[in-house]
Amino acid sequence: MISTPLPLSIAPVEQSPGYWSGVLRRFAKDRVAMFAGAVVLILVILALFGPWLTPADPYQSSMLKRLRPIGTDGFPLGTDELGRDMLSRLMVGARLSLFMGITPVICAFAIGATLGILAGFVGGWVNSIIMRTIDVFYAFPSVLLAIALSGALGAGIGNALLSLTLVFVPPICRVAESVTSQIRSRDFVEAARASGANAFAIIRVHVLGNVLGPIFVYSTSLIAVSMILASGLSFLGLGVKPPEPEWGLMLNTLRTAIYTQPWVAALPGLMIFITSMSFNMLSDGLRSAMDVKQ
Amino acid sequence: MSTPILQVRNLTKHFPLKNALGAKTGQVRALDDLSFTVHKGETLGIVGESGCGKSTTARLLMQLIAPTSGEVMFEGKAVGSRDLPLKEFHRQVQMVFQDSYSSLNPRLTVETSIAFGPQMHGVSEREATARARDLLSRVGLEPARFAGRYPHELSGGQRQRVNIARALALQPRVVILDEAVSALDKSVEAQVLNLLLDLKEAFDLTYLFISHDLNVVRYISDRVMVMYLGQTVELGQTEAIFANPLHPYSQALLASMPSMDPDHRTEAPPIAGDPPNPINPPSGCRFHTRCKFVQAACSANAQQLFASKGFEHHVACEFFELNANKNKVFKEKANQPLAETAL
Repeated sequence: MISTPLPLSIAPVEQSPGYWSGVLRRFAKDRVAMFAGAVVLILVILALFGPWLTPADPYQSSMLKRLRPIGTDGFPLGTDELGRDMLSRLMVGARLSLFMGITPVICAFAIGATLGILAGFVGGWVNSIIMRTIDVFYAFPSVLLAIALSGALGAGIGNALLSLTLVFVPPICRVAESVTSQIRSRDFVEAARASGANAFAIIRVHVLGNVLGPIFVYSTSLIAVSMILASGLSFLGLGVKPPEPEWGLMLNTLRTAIYTQPWVAALPGLMIFITSMSFNMLSDGLRSAMDVKQ
Repeated sequence: MSTPILQVRNLTKHFPLKNALGAKTGQVRALDDLSFTVHKGETLGIVGESGCGKSTTARLLMQLIAPTSGEVMFEGKAVGSRDLPLKEFHRQVQMVFQDSYSSLNPRLTVETSIAFGPQMHGVSEREATARARDLLSRVGLEPARFAGRYPHELSGGQRQRVNIARALALQPRVVILDEAVSALDKSVEAQVLNLLLDLKEAFDLTYLFISHDLNVVRYISDRVMVMYLGQTVELGQTEAIFANPLHPYSQALLASMPSMDPDHRTEAPPIAGDPPNPINPPSGCRFHTRCKFVQAACSANAQQLFASKGFEHHVACEFFELNANKNKVFKEKANQPLAETAL
């Protein structure tokens, strides 16, 4: 019996629900994660459409209406030290703050994951060169590194983003390297090599699908850190410049009013807290939804 | 005789041992000067205890690791040379791994896994998928039910069937089975073994069957190679080896098989101790530290393969004729002066 001619028509088959639909199902059952997801969604909507939703002009200052308390008629969350509407400024501030939190992580994800997967897959001296270079960055505390880089490059949004990206490349790269070298030692990668596939095809088909998930989850947990660091840079005058509304910068300028209007002065900090908590819970939920013994 | 389909010449693999600073401190001699041939259409069984170099042999043959020295020839052409590029060799020779779970990508459906190999060799996705479906039915998994499943939804036996289908997807001529049925339970193991025999018939395959299970090897193999500490100690027709093992190690190995007859159960272990460390193997014959027929010459002379009873049966022991008569002759000879015995 020699092999029969192959049937060229491909009949439909019973398709099992894939891994990601299982992740989605488990995530939907996780109430904390769903709540955090809803908060993040609201923040994203604010960031995208904030300028069109505000009740007042966030840049309109008034020397007469400075530092009004929360609940003042016309200013539900009070006014800042220049008499600008806090609610409007917080809503518009979501845009810059989220941008400063997410962009460096996305850039660092692209660079760190590429380097880490390369190091983990190729191994040997390539691994040594990449990982030892990464270790050099690890020697500095991340806050110090971000401040030092921003300070050296000069104030401004672009430089703050650049320095934050450089801060997040090493941890992402390290995670990428460790999950990749784990996957590389599995027999299905050996089997793919034994089938004559080149390294590029093996990475594309067999490695990426197994490593991008964990690296992505780890990266989402860095968004919170990035937001706090970005706010910190703005607070120190190294990030966003006034009068742009950004939560870290607002916290800085309202610091002088902490004794006269402590609740108003604390509002930007509260927003930073809520946002970073939400991102943290979201990434925790994602991690447990994806972490399943198969 | 026609050219053997697979020829292994003086294959050697030493894994270097390094200290924390990267300086070489020694080497694990996993495989030393291994030579054998595989003929077209046969099943060559390789047996030996853990750590004797069986799996290293498989990985070297598949070119997954580079040998320290020696070469592999496929149909008379050196693998990796201009005559036979690695990619073409991999189309002809495939491997099934022991761990059925680890050898399938958990994120890919069964048919995608099987279709991956052919696509790497220029087969269109459509045709590769059709081939995968066809092979699934050949290995006893109904394509309509199993093609779209993920590995974690299958049992161990089903996964190993998928692995076999994956190996066959490139339409190879030689399949290396590295402990392919060892992790399965006995009834499933028997089914998969019979499947392997059917497939061999259907696709005109040559098998290299690596196992530590002597019963399985006896059932499936035409010839058997017994390995000890990275070297061949005996090579011959399956029945010749099982009926009349010539090397003391093969004798001990076969004596360790549990007997089905309660009256013939052996209580005494046929061999004592653990295999010596391959970092520092014994001099001369590597088995002499555990051999019950050991003589003075054994620690001095490295043993090559001797032919016995014609061409087909080889044994790496210069005293095999003495040992064949076992204890009786051995005792008589042992009383004679050493010099005479060594001759």
